[in-house]
Amino acid sequence: MTLNQQRKLKTILTGLFAWTIALVLFFPIFWMFITSFKTELQAISIPPTLFFEPTLENFEIVQERSDYIHHAWNSVVTSFGATILALIIAIPAAYSMAFFPGKRTKDILLWMLSTKMLPAVGVLVPIYILCRDYGLLDSRTALVIIFTLMNLPIVVWMLFSYFKDLPKEILEAARMDGATPWDEVVKVVMPLSVGAISSTALLSIVLCWNEAFWSLNLTASEAAPLTAMIASYSSPEGLFWAKLSAASTLACAPIVIFGWFCQKQLVQGLTFGAVK
Amino acid sequence: MKRSITRLLMAPSVILLLVWMIIPLSMTIYFSTIRYNLLYPGQNNFVGLMNFEFFITDPGFIPAVANTLILLLSVLIITVVIGVVLSALIDKPFFGQGIVRVLLISPFFIMPTVNALIWKNMMMNPVYGIFAWISQSLGLEPIDWLSSYPLMSVIIMVSWQWLPFAILVFVTALQSQDTEQKEAAQMDGATGLHIFRYLTIPHLARPIAVVVMIETIFLLAVFAEIFVSTGGGPGYDSTNLAYLIYNQALLQYDVGVASAGGLFAVLLANIVAFFLIRAVGKNLTV
Repeated sequence: MTLNQQRKLKTILTGLFAWTIALVLFFPIFWMFITSFKTELQAISIPPTLFFEPTLENFEIVQERSDYIHHAWNSVVTSFGATILALIIAIPAAYSMAFFPGKRTKDILLWMLSTKMLPAVGVLVPIYILCRDYGLLDSRTALVIIFTLMNLPIVVWMLFSYFKDLPKEILEAARMDGATPWDEVVKVVMPLSVGAISSTALLSIVLCWNEAFWSLNLTASEAAPLTAMIASYSSPEGLFWAKLSAASTLACAPIVIFGWFCQKQLVQGLTFGAVK
Repeated sequence: MKRSITRLLMAPSVILLLVWMIIPLSMTIYFSTIRYNLLYPGQNNFVGLMNFEFFITDPGFIPAVANTLILLLSVLIITVVIGVVLSALIDKPFFGQGIVRVLLISPFFIMPTVNALIWKNMMMNPVYGIFAWISQSLGLEPIDWLSSYPLMSVIIMVSWQWLPFAILVFVTALQSQDTEQKEAAQMDGATGLHIFRYLTIPHLARPIAVVVMIETIFLLAVFAEIFVSTGGGPGYDSTNLAYLIYNQALLQYDVGVASAGGLFAVLLANIVAFFLIRAVGKNLTV
């Protein structure tokens, strides 16, 4: 074999290997997806059916029985609401820490990160009781507040690590030209960090959308987002796999597709800019 | 800009996070020292450390602590080791790289409740599941995963979610690896294993630190997967701390004992965090 052939063989083997892993890891999702188009009988047939006449019946039943749109709307409101709030609070903080770092900046950042280490379950009881006393159980307001605070450290960190990489000379130049601090932020920093802010927002939306601890514990039906709606399929509907799959597909599809488009930024974001 | 303005800009974040930390936590501390059961209101006298005693002597306590740590360590080891090896193996150009990337990361975006239901039903069901079908086709006895190996089932579900994340981070990190260095090493007769050991692994030190940190944050708090799939059982075989405390608080209504448990979880997380934040803090340039 020539060197060239060897190299070619290596590429093909790498490709085959990578594809195999990817397909194995993706298989459960693929299976959920196609099961959602089966009848209940086909869904549990052994050996598994791969070819069948697809039906949309399951999706109709899911909407009818558990009001998918209602829960999807709860997911949208809570994840977008919390994300916008978190951005509004975090952008000024990240900005000042990135451009005007003091002696304590690093400590503050690490402290913020350490609040993420506080396990949710440690404050489950008081949060539950506070929500009960203020009539916020099973309300979207409670979820928005909690999601905002829960993601705030990550949002600050992400924005900070992006802002830090902006060239400081541009800001100095703007200042020389007589820009006020407000101009600086609105006319220089913001346009330069549209990408940074939107990928931070994406990450925050994904985290809120998939959050399950608080949504399972604090909501029942009225404010239940999709994570909680799916959990209600765990026991009584346990064996109706086609319907379960349809509900799951509907719950995950938006965020998975969303994720496909921004996976690169997500890596950078979730690793606090340590991996680019 | 003046210090006062920078402080002012930071203030909302810092104050909110302080409030978010201090108020619920001090309530937890207070509740943990009184008798407080939602079923018997009005009998909230001070009981000292009795709730802690109850929690620690609960038959679920030791299994829960053990399960929490086993879950954390197993998933960390699985995702980091397999992640590093796989990403090193696929770190070459090949056909359809973009699609592979998209397929690989997908499990990370599946919500935990759906994750648990897919695995519980369609994969691990002892009669109709894919695993049962595979065992049968091979002429083996199908395994009832959730009742025979409950903790391992949860570990599989959680690893499935986090392995893609690890792979993707490592692949991304490897793209910035110096190819010239690698080629030079090859010229000097270094084998693939040598390159992996002496160039790839050191290059991945920082991404590994970051992956370990992020995963730890989320893994100490695994809840929905257990809630949906095993319900902590059979017995306490797949109960972790988070689930045990949930059980005390919202199923047995014992706020006092649950609060004591919550404090214990905070303590455990802090011990882990102490080492992690120090290790990672060194690795992150601020």
